[in-house]
Parts: sequence; structure tokens; C-alpha cells
Amino acid sequence: MIPSIQQPRAVRLAYSAYVALFFVYLALPLAVVSVFAFNDSQFPSLPWEGFTWNWFFGEERPMIGVFHERPILRSIGTSAFVGLCVSLLSVAVGTCNAFLFNRHQFRLRGLLYILMLLPLVIPGIVLGISILVFSSTAANGFEDGLGWDIEALRPGLMLVILGQFSFITTIATLVIAARLRKFDESLEEAALNLGAGHLTAVRTVTLPFLAPAMIGAFVVAFLMSFENFNTTLMLVGSDAPLTITMFDRLKEGSTPVLNAVSLLLMIGSSLLALVMIAFQKKN
Amino acid sequence: MGAQSRLGLILLLTPLVLWLSLLIIIPHIDMLLVSLRERVGVGEYQTSLANYLAFLTEPLYLWTFLRTALMSVLATALTLLIAFPVSYYIAKIAKGRMQSALFLLCLVPFWVSELVRTFGWMILLRETGVFSSLLQWMGLVDGPVEMLYNDVAMMVGLVYTSMLFMVVPLVTTLESLDDSIIEAGYDLGGSGPSILREIVIPHAMPGIVSGCIVVFMLSLGNYLTPTMLGGKESLWFTELIYSQFIVRFNWELGAAFGFMLLLLSSFIVWAVLRLTGQTLEKTMG
Repeated sequence: MIPSIQQPRAVRLAYSAYVALFFVYLALPLAVVSVFAFNDSQFPSLPWEGFTWNWFFGEERPMIGVFHERPILRSIGTSAFVGLCVSLLSVAVGTCNAFLFNRHQFRLRGLLYILMLLPLVIPGIVLGISILVFSSTAANGFEDGLGWDIEALRPGLMLVILGQFSFITTIATLVIAARLRKFDESLEEAALNLGAGHLTAVRTVTLPFLAPAMIGAFVVAFLMSFENFNTTLMLVGSDAPLTITMFDRLKEGSTPVLNAVSLLLMIGSSLLALVMIAFQKKN
Repeated sequence: MGAQSRLGLILLLTPLVLWLSLLIIIPHIDMLLVSLRERVGVGEYQTSLANYLAFLTEPLYLWTFLRTALMSVLATALTLLIAFPVSYYIAKIAKGRMQSALFLLCLVPFWVSELVRTFGWMILLRETGVFSSLLQWMGLVDGPVEMLYNDVAMMVGLVYTSMLFMVVPLVTTLESLDDSIIEAGYDLGGSGPSILREIVIPHAMPGIVSGCIVVFMLSLGNYLTPTMLGGKESLWFTELIYSQFIVRFNWELGAAFGFMLLLLSSFIVWAVLRLTGQTLEKTMG
């Protein structure tokens, strides 16, 4: 079934209809979430009570908009902070890993490569609890043995960052290593021949070549961190990132404020995606 | 050069080794150790298999475990069945602009959080939701219909959530299949189904395998969708882990549950790779 082979009209129509239906299925939940952000009602459901901006800008009860809702704004800040830390860390470690696996031959290389891929096939919730268990063992050990009470090892932002970093690094490594594989090493050799030192050659020739992949990995890492739920759920302390705050709200029963936040998230991540695509086209 | 390259190797190895040992390997060993101890008094523990025995003897635990595994297999199969024709359409039938536009459209829902997607399904399916109102308006039903909180709703959510991870590898492998091979199949007298069976599916196998592994893993480890869309009956194994850890504070049993989940997922990944003759490096890297 390819365009150059004739098929009965009915088959082709049915096939196209199926694909169209699939895209409706994809779009439907996002569309209703967006539409109900503008419903002038206490609940994100029918009937339609009229159009309002209040769920974004409303200042008075019962319609406090996103931009005046402190807890949500604060958790957006928390998520952004966690996302930035995770992306920076995982791109840095990912770049090192890419160079390591691309340039060096050493014993245990194959084993380490498989270990490096493992976080992708460990369920997020298991990653979360294993880090939770270990950090609390370590914290208790420090407290009993040395009398140090290390707050960072108790559930909280530090653990959330480490937990997300533990599997996002694999993705960053794969993205960056894929680009490094395409690099022509003779360019680096040319720089060496022209008198540059090793580090200078890498900094001025190889890293600029890798930049698009590093930026791509950064954006992907940020988005994955921002929307991570499973690992975060097990490690979160008192400062909740946005997904956890929204989850708690959703359990209590939802108001269209959540729709408004969701719509903002969609706009935000689409913009980020567009910026990334534009940037990669330019290169 | 030798010493310098050795220093470089060590510098590059350090972050990798720190990351893997401190965040992956040692935590999992520690979790195993915790799961192997039994509380006998305040702050007193002894090594025993009590937690695993509890898992095997309490029907609710074992039943939930098996149910989660089977439902995840079902979710994976459904995702593959739904995604395959669409991926084939994108890779082979759509051309040029249309092709990249459709592919991009598949990615869009996954730039937003899983929470938002689940929330969307709640608005659609619940008693006061869009579908219920639509059915009433059309006169097909008399009162509101509750479509949320059952296994079907949960399955819809699971399939929706993991769709991207099936479509992307499928499109990538199908795109690399040369049209002329399919034409040759037709020239040699093959029919649609036989070409699909003999040419297209074998070629797409690496994509099918990696898509299935990722989707299975995501379904098995999902917490949000079963909690929000599933009913009282559709308990998911991750919910048991969560309740042991956070609600009951019984970390020993929770760690044992976590380990069972890890064993199950590793076993399935290993079995699928083995059966199809693929390796982890090839499918993931």
C-alpha cells in the first residue's frame, strides 16, 4: 500500500478517515482543557456559561485567576528552578559521557554503556523510592555516626533534582552522542596541527559543532523535568513543583484555574519547541 | 600523550561513575537490603524474607501485581495496533510538507504534562462531562452517564499517554523501508496482507520492539492515569507502592514491592529482546 500502487477508492478513503480520527483523538483532551479555561463557571464542565478572562486575571473570590494565585505561581517558580538545575547538570554530564564513549576505548566500556542506558528501563517510581531509601539511609548514617544532620538528604528539592537528573542524563547523553558521532575528527586534528592545545581545539572546534545538540538536550531535559511526575512524587518535600501542586488540587476537585494553568503550559512548551526547531534549522 | 589521554579518560569517567553508582546502583542495592529486613521491635531489624512472603500470600498484592502486568501488556498491544497504521501513513503515504506536519502534530500533545492530558480526559468522560452532555443533548440517554472511574477509561488514558513513544520509532524505521521493495513484492504477485507480513513488519521490527518496550514500561510504572481515571476496582501496583511508602510508612514492604516491579519490568524487557533477537544498545541507543 504505497502511492505508486493503485488501491480501491473506498480503501483509501477509509484509511484517510482512520488517520483523521486518530488526530481528533490526539487533539480532543487538549482542546477541551483549553476551551474550559474561558468558561464563566465554577466547574470545568458544561453547560457553557459565557466567555471570561477571570481564570487568568480575576482578582476576587470565587474567581481568582492564575496570575493572582500565590501557591500556583510559587510552584511554577519551583518547577522552573528544578528544571534549570536538572538541565544544566544533565547536559554537562551528558557531554562528558558522549566524549567518553565516542573517543575512548577502555575496559568495561560495554558494561558501562549498558548501565548508562538502564535508567530508561527502570520505572520512574522505582527510581524515586530507591533514591529515597538510600538518601535516608545515608542521612541516618551521618546523623548516628558523625552527629551531622544533613537536611539536603531528606525529601525536598535537592532529592527531586537528583532523582530527575538520574534518568534525564541518559537522554541528554544519547542526544549529544548522536551528534558527536557525525563530527569529522580531522577538523580537530587540523586545529592541533595549527598549534592549538587539546582543550583549545575541543573548545573552539568541537563544542561549537555540538552546540545545537547541547541546546536541544537542554530544552528536552527542561521539559521532561517540568512535567515529571512519578519520580518527583516520591521525593518531594514541602516545596512542591507545579505537577504535584496541580495533582493535589485535582484530587480535591477542579476549578477552571487548572485549565488556565494548563493552557499557559501548552503555550509555553510550544513556544520552547518552536524556538528549538528554529534554532536547529539555522544551523 | 599517553599520560594526558589517561588523565582525560579519568576526568571523563568520574561524572559517569559518580552518577551511576550514587544514583542508580547503590540506591537499588540499598532498596534490596531494606526489602530483606523485618521489623522486630522499635528500631530493631532482622534479615528475613517476610516482606516477600507477605507479597506472595496476600491475595490483594499478588492479584494487583498480575493485573497490572496484564493490563500493561494489553495497553501496549492496543497502542501498537492503533499506532501502526498511522505511522505507516505518515512514513509512506503522506509526502513532503504534509508528512512533516502530521509528524509534528503527533508530537504536540507530549510537550504538555501528563497531568494536563489526564485532566482533559476527566473533563471529557465524567458525569457532568462533555461526552455525557453530548449524549443527553442528542437524546440517546435520559440522564447523565458516568464514563470515568473504570478500566476502559483507564485504558484510553494509558494508550493516549504512551502513543508518542510508539509512533516515533515506528515512523523512523518505516521511513527507511524503500518503496521499490514493496513494489517488487507486488510484482512478484504478493497481496496486501502478505506484503505486510513478509516485508513491512520484519523491516519495522526494531521500531516495534523499542516502541513496545518503552510503552510497556511507561504503563507499568504509571501512577497518575490509574489513580485519576481508574475506579476503585482498577488498583494499580504503583498505587500499592505509594501507599506503603507515604501513607503507611512501611518502607520494608514498599521496597519489596518496588523490587518486584523492577524484576517484572526487567524480565519482560529481557524476554522481548531475547525473543526478537535485538539488544538494548540497538533498540535504545
